Parts: sequence; C-alpha cells; structure tokens
Amino acid sequence: MERLEVLKTYKIYIGGQFPRTESGRFYPLKNKKGDVIANICLSSRKDFRNAVVAARGAFGGWNSRAAFNRSQILYRIAEMLEGRKDQFIAELVTQGLNTKAAQEEVSLSVDRLVYYAGWCDKYQAILSSVNPVASSHFNFSVPEPTGVVAIIAPEESSLLGLVTAIAPVIAGGNTCIVLASESKPLCAVTFAEVLNTSDLPGGVVNILTGNSAELHSHFSSHMDVNALIYYRNNKAEIKTIKENASLNVKRIFVYDQLALASDKAQSPYMIYDLQEIKTTWHPIENIGSAKAGY
Amino acid sequence: MTTKTSKKPETKLGLDFTTDWAYAPAPEDTKHIKLEKQYDLFIDGKFVKPNSKKYFDTVNPATEQKIAEVADADEKDVDKAVKAARKAFAKWSKTSPKERGKYIYRIARLMQERAREFAVVETMDGGKSIRESRDIDVPLAANHFFYNAGWADKLEYAFPNRNPQPLGVAGQIIPWNFPLLMAAWKIAPALATGNTVVLKPAETTPLTALKLAEVLRDSGLPDGVVNIVTGAGRTGAAIVNHPDVNKVAFTGSTDVGKLIQKSIAGTDKKLTLELGGKAANIIFEDAPLDQAVEGIINGIFFNQGHVCCAGSRLFVQESVADIVIRKLKDRMESLIVGDPMDKNTDIGAINSKEQLLKIQEYIKIGKNEGAELYQSSCSIPGKGYFCRPTLFLNASQSHRIVQEEIFGPVLAVQTFRTIEEVIEKANNIPYGLSAGVWTDKGSKIFNLTTKMRAGVVWANTYNKFDPTSPFGGYKESGFGREGGLHGLLPYVKF
Repeated sequence: MERLEVLKTYKIYIGGQFPRTESGRFYPLKNKKGDVIANICLSSRKDFRNAVVAARGAFGGWNSRAAFNRSQILYRIAEMLEGRKDQFIAELVTQGLNTKAAQEEVSLSVDRLVYYAGWCDKYQAILSSVNPVASSHFNFSVPEPTGVVAIIAPEESSLLGLVTAIAPVIAGGNTCIVLASESKPLCAVTFAEVLNTSDLPGGVVNILTGNSAELHSHFSSHMDVNALIYYRNNKAEIKTIKENASLNVKRIFVYDQLALASDKAQSPYMIYDLQEIKTTWHPIENIGSAKAGY
Repeated sequence: MTTKTSKKPETKLGLDFTTDWAYAPAPEDTKHIKLEKQYDLFIDGKFVKPNSKKYFDTVNPATEQKIAEVADADEKDVDKAVKAARKAFAKWSKTSPKERGKYIYRIARLMQERAREFAVVETMDGGKSIRESRDIDVPLAANHFFYNAGWADKLEYAFPNRNPQPLGVAGQIIPWNFPLLMAAWKIAPALATGNTVVLKPAETTPLTALKLAEVLRDSGLPDGVVNIVTGAGRTGAAIVNHPDVNKVAFTGSTDVGKLIQKSIAGTDKKLTLELGGKAANIIFEDAPLDQAVEGIINGIFFNQGHVCCAGSRLFVQESVADIVIRKLKDRMESLIVGDPMDKNTDIGAINSKEQLLKIQEYIKIGKNEGAELYQSSCSIPGKGYFCRPTLFLNASQSHRIVQEEIFGPVLAVQTFRTIEEVIEKANNIPYGLSAGVWTDKGSKIFNLTTKMRAGVVWANTYNKFDPTSPFGGYKESGFGREGGLHGLLPYVKF
C-alpha cells in the first residue's frame, strides 16, 4: 500500500508557542490549480493583543542581551534557514514560484540574515556620537531600541519580505509582531519553526497570518506598540495607520517602493529607523589648574 | 550672608530667613531697546501687512502691559509665505554648501552683536528672568546657528554611504518657553541642510522671532529662504495643512503634537515632534546632597518650570528623604521671585494668564488628591503673573500631579527604597523626554541612565543644553532629534 503523506498544520507563533488563532477562524490557501494546500489561521485582534503582551514581556531581556549575543543568534537563524533550504524552496514553488526563483529567494534570505547578524554589534558605533559640549561635561549619544514594533510584511514575497522586515528590527534589540503575506503565508509559519530552534527567546518575534484590511487598524491603534512598519502600498491603510499612530505618538515607516531582492533593501539606516537616540550628560570636575599637557 | 539656626520648626537646623535678605534692585537697562508699535509678517524678505489686516497684542506678563501689536496671519498669508519659501528653495538648495554655511555663520555673528537687545526683549515678552535670557537663551541660540553653519558643506560625512538631499519647504511651529532658542533650533539645521523655512512663533512670545527676522534680512540671506508668520493655532494649522509643505517640525504640547500627526496622516510630509515631558529626577542616598538639591531646584524652577524636560517628579531615596526635603525647602525660601528684568531674580513671571490659571488649577488638584502642599513664603508682585515655588510631598504614582505635565514651578515628590522600584516608577508614564540621576557611584549611574526610557539623561547635573548635543524624546514625548549630528537627519532624504 502506498504511504499516506502526513500534512502539516500551519499555525501562528506567539511568545515562542504555536497556538491556533483564538478566534478559531481560518482561510483556505489554494495553489494555481485551485486545490486547497492548507488551512491558514485567520488571526484576530485578540491574537494580536496576545502577541503584543508577549513582545512587551520579551523586550527587556532581548534589549539587554549583549550585542554580540544578538549577533550570534541572528547568525544561528541564518544557519537554521540554510539547513532547511529545501523545505522553503518547496513551499515557495507550491506558492507559485519557479524553482530557480525559489532558490534565489531562499539564498537571499539567508544572506540577509547574515548581513544583519554582522550589524548587531556595529551599528552602535556608527550611530553614536561623543558631543563636544562647551560646558565642562562629558556628553555622549547612543542608540537604544524603540521597543515593541508591529510589522505588516510585504504581500508579494513569502520569505524574503518577512526576513527583510524582521531582521533589522530584532538586530536593533526591538521585539515585534509581524503580519505575514496573506496570499503566500506558508514560509512565515515554517520560518517561525526556524526561529524557535535558533535560541531566539520566545516573544522576540511573533508571527500572525491573516488579513491586513482587518488587522491594520488594530496594529496601529494599540497603545503598547511603539512603532509600525508597513511594507505594502494600500493608500487607505497607510492613512488609517498614520492617523491611529497619533494616539500614542507611534513611529511609522512606510516602505512601499522597496525592491526586496536589491541590496538597497538592507542597510543600517533600516536599523536606525527603530532606534531612539539617548544623550547622557555628566559633569567633569576641573580641579585647580592641572592640565594634561605633558 | 550669615546662617543661623532657625526657630521655625519646619526649617529646624536650616537657614534663618527672618533676617534681612533683601538685595538692592539691579534692573537691566531697557532704554536702548527699540521696539515698533506694530509688527508685520516677514515674507519673501520683507515685512508685509497681513491679509486680514488684523493684529493682536503681545503683553509683558510681568506687568500685564501691552508691548506691541503683531500681525495675525491667515491661510492666505501662510500660502504667500509657503510660495515664497518654495520659490527660494530652487536657488537655496543649489547654492554651494560652502556659501550656504557662510550665510548661517553671518546670522550667528549678527545675533551675538545684538545679544543684549535680544535678551531684554525676550524677558519683556516672555517673563523669564534676564539672567537666563542673557546667559542661556540668547547665547545658545546664536551658538546653534554657529554650530549648524559648519555642517552645511560637510553633510556627506554625517551620513556614511548616503547622499543627503534637502526635503524642500519646512513648516516649523515653536512654543513660548524658549522663543528665540527654539527658532534657532529649528531654523539653523533646516538651512544648513538646504531647506527653506516658514516659521511660526508662539502667539504670546512673537517679538524675538521678529527681531530675528530683522537679523535675517540684514544678513543678506536671499529673500524667502526664511519666512516668519505670526498668529495662533489657526495660523499653525494653515502651515501644517498646506499641501506644498514637505516637512513639519513642531515643539509644544503632546496634545497638539498628536493632532498634527493625525492631520498630516494622508500625506508624505516628514514630521518631527518634540513634545511634553514629566521627568524623574532621582536622588540616591549616596548622592552629593547639596549639589543634588541645587539640581532639583534647577530642574524644576529653571524658566519658571516652563520646560518640557523639567525635573518635575522628584524621587528621593527614603533614607535621605527628610534631610533632602529640609534642604530643598530652605533653598526654595532663598529663591528670588519677581521682576524678571532684575538681574538678581531667580524666578520671573509665568508666561501668560492662561498658563498661570492652568498651574493654579493643578495646585488645587494636587491638594484635592491628598498630596501635601509646600510653597515658599516669598512675596510676589501684585501685578503680573507670578507663582510661588511649589512642591507636593507624599505624592503617589496615580496622582494627576505626577502623571500630567504642569509646565510650571510645581514639583511632585515621591520616595523610594530600591533601585528596581524607582526604575519602574520613573518609566511608568507615557512620556520619555528626560531624566536625572544623582549618586556618587559610577556603576549605579550607568545602570540608571541605561534603564531610563528617556532621550536625555543628566547624571549629577540637570537642564544642560548645547548645540552639539542631540535633544528629543522617547514614547509620547515625540520623535526626531534636535541638535548635534543626529539633529540633521530630520531635514534630509537619501
């Protein structure tokens, strides 16, 4: 008798766990022929709120990890992704890419993670300054992560879009909640498994599947979300997001023109977007007339 | 000055204020100041009448006397100013960066030459003590131009691997607490990066911005590069909502900041917001207490407490609370409140009647909430808007006087036992502009300064500012930085 294939249940990723959506809702994902490939969680507002709680809870720990440690974890994510290349390529093909394009997308995704792994302990030196104030003070400015970041990931890309959106955010010490591509959600769920085996603490990245039209207003109006990055080009959604952002002065970044496969889709300035600059002052005591002139 | 043991129980072991502490009057000379009776709008390099033909009074808050009347700009005036700025942008953005820098240097020098005039007018119009406007506001304002001037031809070094370009027309709206200084914070980086400007000063303090307009005109800066329009909220809204403005920079209250963020939601305008604050000033038991008390005083009473980064929440470690509060009360007694034009005055006039009423309302709220009120026993002038230095003891985290920005000389005092507790309390607020930490232990300083969710942290000092030092908030205190290398970013695109 021919062996029956074991199908995968695609679930969401919150706080390091893989629950189904609390709403119990789903949407069927179909291939080109119209066959149902999987039932995907149609995440709700409540799922998002749970994910924000998880992300906020994880923020203090992730933010205070040594930058070097964050770097190693991002690199570990890249390693795990590389090891599961075939699975991602297969999923991308299932979702409509040809094999060559799928291979390219996975390779680019791995490389992008390695790129940001390298930045984890370097952007601080680029974005910091020691400020030569005129008074007798030592004064310096350093970047610190903004906090909890909501992300509405690119719709057209299943894996590369997701990685491009997540990597600079967590490299910079933030935690996030990501809404994956609605029409190409498979890699997002599988990528959550990669994250879960990469020593990334639970709650640092939370991944939801579902519908931006339903969720964008909740993503942008939540009072414990500090920033939102939007990778799509729906003008009405952008307007609503920016309006809601004013409720708690959220930082909003819209990347609607990003060529994901290009090197321009990655830069330390994308880390900078989700950083706050903190300036610290301390007096310098000038004793007598002693000068360090010898 | 002699100090004796007081008989008053609340200042036991403290200073004796029953002796004659009066200082001889030391009024700053105001006779050399030339002020017009009426000020027009500065558009396209010229002073022009407002479309509405309407003018409003600007009043000296220390005397309640009218100083001058100022044009009330409407939508048509703003449109004229934006058009002038747009026209000027074509040339200004193409002007060689080196030459652009030289214009800005020239502005700095002209301000320095007219520094005393600026200081006196600032004090007349806004009520702040002449000592502060002379020693802080005006020199810092000139220094901001001087500092940013040098960036004009060095921008490619500020943004590695990028080619920074100006945004276009910047609409800038500034508050009444540091009128000239805020104008400088806004205009200087905008010009250095090649943008042109439409600036609106606050309606209660428009005069130094209009004096600055004279300087800009005299500097030879091309017409339309900076336009200054006066008016109230309606004028500000016209700038924010003008379709040909590329960038909005606002300093002011969080409420208005949120309105602005919402109203430009449907556009691609770039935005920076520098909003309210409710800073924690944290005193540990191992702090140099006398210096800390000076820091508390400077933190909350500097500029009558009209400071977004004021240290308005005091956290004192329980073990030293009694002695710190006693010293604080003593120091408050010795503050001189009164004529801002007197060089001995520490605390001048509250900026406006409206603001005085707001502060008085909060003092009432604090009393009703059950916090214990203490005010300096100083006398205050019968005329003008004045408020005694005020503190509330036994305030708690849920009190409105702890959660909300008062923007006046009112300090809410809480005590704490552990570092964990004070970090939690200090951060547990929607604001995140600034914080202060006082301790003699270096590792404790860095522990605290790292954990404060605030954009500016002063350790063993408070309320220090410098053009090279970025300033701006976390959370609902806004976004974007002003000053320093980081202050250039909000005015460029890549």
